[in-house]
Order: sequence, then structure tokens, then C-alpha cells
Amino acid sequence: MLAKRIIPCLDIKDGRTVKGVNFIDLRDAGDPVELAEIYSKEGADELVFLDISATEQKRKTLAELVYRVAEKVNIPFTVGGGISSIEDVDVLLQNGADKVSINSSAVKNPQLINDLAAKFGSQCIVVAIDAKQIDGEWIVHLVGGKVPTERKLFEWAKEVEERGAGEILFTSMDHDGTKDGFANEALAKLSTELNIPIIASGGAGKVHHFTDTFEKGKADAALAASVFHFKEIGIGDLKNELRDKGIPVRL
Amino acid sequence: MKIVIINYGAGNIQSIKFAIERLGYEAVLSEDADEIKSADKVIFPGVGEASSAMKKLLESGLETVVPQLKQPVLGICLGMQLMCNSSEEGNTKGLGIFDVNVVKFSNQVKVPQIGWNQIDNLKSHLFNNISPKEHIYLVHSYYAPICDETIAESEYDVKYSAALQKNNFYGTQFHPEKSSKVGAQILLNFLKMS
Repeated sequence: MLAKRIIPCLDIKDGRTVKGVNFIDLRDAGDPVELAEIYSKEGADELVFLDISATEQKRKTLAELVYRVAEKVNIPFTVGGGISSIEDVDVLLQNGADKVSINSSAVKNPQLINDLAAKFGSQCIVVAIDAKQIDGEWIVHLVGGKVPTERKLFEWAKEVEERGAGEILFTSMDHDGTKDGFANEALAKLSTELNIPIIASGGAGKVHHFTDTFEKGKADAALAASVFHFKEIGIGDLKNELRDKGIPVRL
Repeated sequence: MKIVIINYGAGNIQSIKFAIERLGYEAVLSEDADEIKSADKVIFPGVGEASSAMKKLLESGLETVVPQLKQPVLGICLGMQLMCNSSEEGNTKGLGIFDVNVVKFSNQVKVPQIGWNQIDNLKSHLFNNISPKEHIYLVHSYYAPICDETIAESEYDVKYSAALQKNNFYGTQFHPEKSSKVGAQILLNFLKMS
């Protein structure tokens, strides 16, 4: 049986791990490669590296980090942050990334999804969508949730699937940083309307939030950062608890 | 021991090279027919879309070399699929090593299958020291149905071949290089074959 996945997310700035609370204040939580190895040993199913640095050396630094992670880590990992071209993706995959995640660049140029899927295959193209509710409607946002767009979540998600994305990483900006649970209603709607895997993101605080997002939110995977980085939830404990609740996990 | 990873421009070969190095061996990347033929072990990777990967293989001229190899050969993911008779993906003719046709998962399940699934009914020394029901990592939209050459099964939508074997040719639909300790053991089993 296909297992539900637990995915720690490492926000990277200038080669170091950071995690924002509601994407604004940043705290340092260590060396990415070291942290990746620890998570892998603890039983993480996958890792996501989100590069939020904005320097000119960004591309080179990220490619070097990807290479160092691939050297040490024996589970799959996704890289995202500022990826906007076929060349960007090519460099990251060549250095050992398994998947790439695109966000703003896909909203600005949706054809990019088609081009990347055609060139590298849907299996390695994750489209990340950040959204929050405005007057009861889920609206897609850019720049870490600061800039609203014209796009509505469910329509955009459908379009992303049709254009060839292999997976959707949905972050609810309303839930991110709250530690009050995932956006399960929206997740369940995405998971039912679409036929590609959905990764839940934003709101993890307690073990039962993960249970809920797999059961109520019908998510295929759940992503979290600070609860893992600050050892509020251990991945081994979390997976044991999920198994006890009858959720298929890899132990 | 000389380990060659066939480098025909279709695959995440860096990860396979690293996985072999973590086991204490060295691997070289090559598209040279003589170098591939002289290897003790050959790995045939593949990621992406079947018809374009096959096109690259044809351009490299290696499509006649691979089926004639005598040493242990391991096809991974799309590499395994290209070793079959054909694939529905891009209506692709394969190398015909495994006598099975690769087909797409139905829309009863999410496609691609991404993540960790279990292997069962293990029938080869490729799975020495591996217990049934262990999890391995897969990412794929197409699969090889169960056939005479199936040496491991998995289930998603239907039961399908998680691994195939014919004589010296092995293929895994999953990525041993990304399948944690279980994958490392499977890769080690392959490298230790005589």
C-alpha cells in the first residue's frame, strides 16, 4: 500500500536553514545537510529545500547545496525558490535533486509548467501554491503570501494539473505559522477534484493535525518545518502515532 | 570492480553514483560502448518521458549494445521500462529484453504514483536480506504488469511488477538509490552478484 508521506521543509538562506513565522521573522536552525541527514535517519519520507535567498550567487550556492545533499542523503528531495527557467531546473536535477518546485514563475508564466513537464517529465515538477481566503474565496498569493493575484485556488490548481504538474504543494497562508492544524477543507476539495498527489502545508502544531490532514484533508503527504526543527514533534513518534491510527506509513 | 552507469542523457545519474559511493564502491558514467561492455556491473538509469529517452538511447547508438551485455545489468525506473517490449507512453518500442508491455495506471488512482510503497513476493537474490512488505520509493505513471519475469510485486490500482529479471538483466521500477536502507541493501546485492 502506498504510504502517506511526512516531509520536513528546510527554508534556506545563503546556505543556512531558516524558518519564518508567518514568513516574516527568520530564525536560524542549523546546517541544511546535517539536518537533512538527521531527518532521513529519523524516518522522514522526503525533504523539501526552499531557497529564499536573493543574492547574485544564489544559483551557484543552491546547486552546490543540492550536490552536497544528494551526496549524503538516501531519500528523495525537492528544491524550490526562485526557479524560473528550463536551465535552472536542469542544473538542479543534474546536481542530484529529484524534483523541483515552482511557484511565482508558474503564475507569471503558466506555459513554464508545460515546458518543464515536456522536458523533464511531470514526475519531477511540483507546483507550489500559496493561498489565503479573502471574503470566503481562496485567492492565490505570491512573494511568500504578501501579494494577492487574480487567480482562484481551485481553478489554478486544475490548470496546473492540466499543464502537466506531477504534484501540488498547497500552503494555506491563513494556517501557516498558527500551529492550529492544516486547511483540511480546502485540501479535501483539491484532493477530490484533482488526480495528482497533494502535499498539505501550513498549520502543523500537534501530532493529531497530521492525522486530521490525512483523514479529513485527504492529503497524500504533509509538510512541516518548525515543529520538526525545534523538536516539538519527533518524526519517529509521529509515524508511530499515525500507524496506531490506521494510517499507512513507512516505519 | 568496474561499475558503469550508462550516461545517455536521461536520468538522475548523480544520485545513483552517490548511492554507489556510499556503499564504498566507485562508479563511472559512460556512453562509450567498449567501456560499458568491459564493466563488471552496468546500471541503466532513466527518468522522464519514454519516447524521448528512447530517442536519446537511439542517438547514442547503445540500443544494440545493452541487450547483448553479458554481465549483470540493472535498469532503474524508466530504464527498466525501456528494457520491456514496449511502452504506452509516447507509443514507444522498447529493447525487448523483458517480455512485457508497459501500460498506464487507470484514473481510479492518482497518477503519477509518488512515494513509498511495499514490495512483496520477492523471488530473486536481488532481494537477499530484504523482508517482504518493506517500503521502496517510486515515482511513475506507467507500469509493467505481472509476468513470468516478475521478481517483486507491488500494488497500486492493480498488482504490478516492482522488479523484473531475465538471465543477467534486472530491472526495478523503484529507485534503490532513493529508498533509504532498503534500497542501499538491494543495490549492494546487485553489486555483489557474480
